[in-house]
Amino acid sequence: MKILVCISKTPDTTAKIAFTDNNTKFAENGVQWIINPYDEWYALVRAIELKEKDPGTVIHLVTVGEADTEPIIRKALALGGDEAIRVNASGADSFFIASQIAEIARQGGYDLIFTGKETIDYNSAAVGGMIAELLQLPYISLAVKFDLEGSTVTATREIEGGEEIVQASLPLVVSCQKGMAEQRIPNMKGIMSARTKPLKVVEPVAVDPLTTIAGFETPPPKAGIKMIPADNPAELIRLLHEEAKLI
Amino acid sequence: MSVLIFIDHSDGAVKKASLEAISYGAKIAEQLGLTAEGALLGNLNEDIASLGKYGVKKIYHVADVALDHPDPQVFTEVIAQIAEKSGAKLIVFSNNLHGKAIAPRVSARLKAGLVAGAVALPDTSNGFIVKKNVFSGKAFAFISINTDIKIISLNPNAYPVAVTEGAAAEVVPFTAAVGEPRIKVTAVNKVTGEIPLGEAEIVVSGGRGLKGPENWNILEDLAAALGAATACSRPVADADWRPHHEHVGQTGLAIAPNLYIAIGISGAIQHLAGVNRSKVIAVINKDPEAPFFKAADYGIVGDAFEIVPKLTEAVKALKG
Ligand SMILES: Cc1cc2nc3c(=O)[nH]c(=O)nc-3n(C[C@H](O)[C@H](O)[C@H](O)COP(=O)(O)OP(=O)(O)OC[C@H]3O[C@@H](n4cnc5c(N)ncnc54)[C@H](O)[C@@H]3O)c2cc1C
Ligand SMILES: Nc1ncnc2c1ncn2[C@@H]1O[C@H](COP(=O)(O)O)[C@@H](O)[C@H]1O
Repeated sequence: MKILVCISKTPDTTAKIAFTDNNTKFAENGVQWIINPYDEWYALVRAIELKEKDPGTVIHLVTVGEADTEPIIRKALALGGDEAIRVNASGADSFFIASQIAEIARQGGYDLIFTGKETIDYNSAAVGGMIAELLQLPYISLAVKFDLEGSTVTATREIEGGEEIVQASLPLVVSCQKGMAEQRIPNMKGIMSARTKPLKVVEPVAVDPLTTIAGFETPPPKAGIKMIPADNPAELIRLLHEEAKLI
Repeated sequence: MSVLIFIDHSDGAVKKASLEAISYGAKIAEQLGLTAEGALLGNLNEDIASLGKYGVKKIYHVADVALDHPDPQVFTEVIAQIAEKSGAKLIVFSNNLHGKAIAPRVSARLKAGLVAGAVALPDTSNGFIVKKNVFSGKAFAFISINTDIKIISLNPNAYPVAVTEGAAAEVVPFTAAVGEPRIKVTAVNKVTGEIPLGEAEIVVSGGRGLKGPENWNILEDLAAALGAATACSRPVADADWRPHHEHVGQTGLAIAPNLYIAIGISGAIQHLAGVNRSKVIAVINKDPEAPFFKAADYGIVGDAFEIVPKLTEAVKALKG
């Protein structure tokens, strides 16, 4: 069994979001970078659990990013995974990223490709579906549970107002969210071994991005809060009704 | 040439988020001088032609009931065929769970640039630029789509449903040659009668300040009186006080209701990331220093156990 886990780098969840160069670039100064939480907590940890159950499993990590993504990928290797591949390109377009990962997947012959639900910076939830289409594979999006018996997959995916239990056969692509696994902290042994695990750098294949970022905007600050005395909560309902006209 | 809108439905009814997408697509069609057309896969309990009142002129209808469980791969195949027939220049989805499963596949199939999570009409004055939500609600990006065919997934609650003078839509039966789904749905667990959180106009949400799951009745009473959906902070879902799908925030669901009422939630930056696109935020917290007050429009400093039942009473009195 060979699993490919897609790992992306995102600003820490507490990072201040600001822009420079006339609002065309994210202000990276002083920003801490982390593994996208969905990729780390759910996709990667579930892959590691599958390997713990079936030690014959091989886990490769892939990231599309420049050299500054390497600390992130080493951290992911410290959690688990056998080797990593970095496609040396900065990618802001989902189709460009998906095309690079699909190319790696074609060469590696993986049985299973895991992505996170979405990146917490671009929030597109698009890369997984695109990889699946490029490889003509089935796609289980927003999985909250995933089990494997031989090559038969049983998974639970979120649908509007509930969930669906589905069955499929390998190979396929899965996007992972909460429920798949629990967050783990890397241990010393993992951190030590991550230093010597292979991290292959490959050049991107030529693909034209379908979209480009023209600029950013931060939302205007709130106008100010209206406080309502605790001894008259009904006043809040009156304001919501008469002033805000929402109820 | 058309703006083609994917019409998403469940239990025989078109979803509200999809009605928003139809209204949005129809408006863009009007702006660009294209025809608004729809793609409906599976069956409705209502008259399909009547969707014309939201501005859609023609609906390609694939009646095959096997399509009632949307399989992204099969749906992509069908939508690609309809897009060709309809001469689609723009395809509009709702950025709900079905949209997230299908739109990226259609994008890769047609090599059509996708903006997922649009929050406003595109700016077509110079190219084709779509405003979308990024950094989990902390910012917006303007994305330029550079391909001939374009795809937009519209965030739920970002564009109002608009009823037009439009006549009944022309319904065109469409047969698509498709393969068998490679993903088999073996069971569906649906909570019926609940308002889907992503679509709700009012959301009442609780945090660790409520102390335990046994106290959620006060919050549920308020939600019921308001016709609101319920949500919670992450630690509350992690502790299994509430189901996981109610968890909002950076690592949960991002929502944008008209009114978000936060009860006993401190307002950590990761929580705000999922709710700060709400139009109005009201906060009830016993700590005047709780960071949530800085992001709110209305606030009450006080004990939720005393205040929330009084809010419920006031709502009931108002609604008679
Ligand atoms: C990477 C990462 C991602 C995260 N993602 C999310 C996310 O998606 N969503 C999320 O919610 N959190 C997320 N968190 C957690 C977040 O940082 C906070 O810890 C969490 O939101 C706190 O939840 P809370 O407000 O319910 O609890 P607390 O912080 O414990 O706050 C409880 C509040 O209740 C008030 N209170 C207590 N008793 C009463 C009473 N009787 N009446 C009224 N008020 C009362 C207190 O004053 C306090 O403000 C994330 C954290 C990390 C590190
Ligand atoms: N640059 C990248 N390199 C590797 N994987 C990525 C990259 N960007 C996105 N992904 C994967 O695709 C998922 C969805 O991302 P997105 O479509 O950008 O929301 C993420 O959770 C990652 O697993």
